[in-house]
Amino acid sequence: MIAQNLIFGAIAGAMGLAALRVVTTKNIVHAALYLVVVLAGVAAVYILLAAEFTAAVQILVYVGAILVLFLFGIMLTRAPIGRTAELDNDQRGVALVVALFLLGVLGAVLQDAFGSTKLPEDAAVQRSAEVGTSIFQTYVIPFEVVSVLLLAALVGAVVIARRD
Amino acid sequence: MYLNQFLFLAAFLFCVGVYGVLARKNGVLVLMSVELILNAVNINLVAFGAFHETVAGQVFALFVIAIAAAEVGVGLAIVLLIYRNRQSIDLTEADLMKG
Repeated sequence: MIAQNLIFGAIAGAMGLAALRVVTTKNIVHAALYLVVVLAGVAAVYILLAAEFTAAVQILVYVGAILVLFLFGIMLTRAPIGRTAELDNDQRGVALVVALFLLGVLGAVLQDAFGSTKLPEDAAVQRSAEVGTSIFQTYVIPFEVVSVLLLAALVGAVVIARRD
Repeated sequence: MYLNQFLFLAAFLFCVGVYGVLARKNGVLVLMSVELILNAVNINLVAFGAFHETVAGQVFALFVIAIAAAEVGVGLAIVLLIYRNRQSIDLTEADLMKG
């Protein structure tokens, strides 16, 4: 239990710092690389929660595919690769107030609702087979809808970005 | 482990993402902040799934990951089109619909 909490603290600290750097760094490529740290941290949190299949998918899809897509986007839009001061607009003060207010409200509500709720001790690892069975039995219709949506989105992306 | 520690982490990531969406003006960076928000939601889903000892949380997290992939694909295509038309992805300059 102690080890789990120590690991969680380390992961959460690294994720928090990296997330702050994603939204404050002046170098757009560094923002993408800090995003890798956050996404890998999320995968580690999934493993702490005994969700191994979701962790693997997180690494494959986010770190493997979406990050490469972001780097392509940075490259194709010829974003300034070095440090630039022009990545933020003039709403930073308002944005900070909104984010801190939201954090305060969410924190108060969570503390009120789940202040001393503990996760079940030694929760059994939910095996990948159970996840697959659930997807293809209980949630088969949402699954098919998601696959059609993915196809439509990819066709749409090709049509939007195509040069006429 | 407390359930709350995961929920607080997710709330923090969510708020950082909201700040990024509001304060950044580069289109790609706004999309990255949206990814932070989606990941915060995913942590919540998996944490509540572990709390209730059901796989439904994981299943919905997988759905969100698939939707996020579609969202990034379409989003980057739109950003690319804005760049091609205006030679810039500064979102504060894309204000044709401002009254």
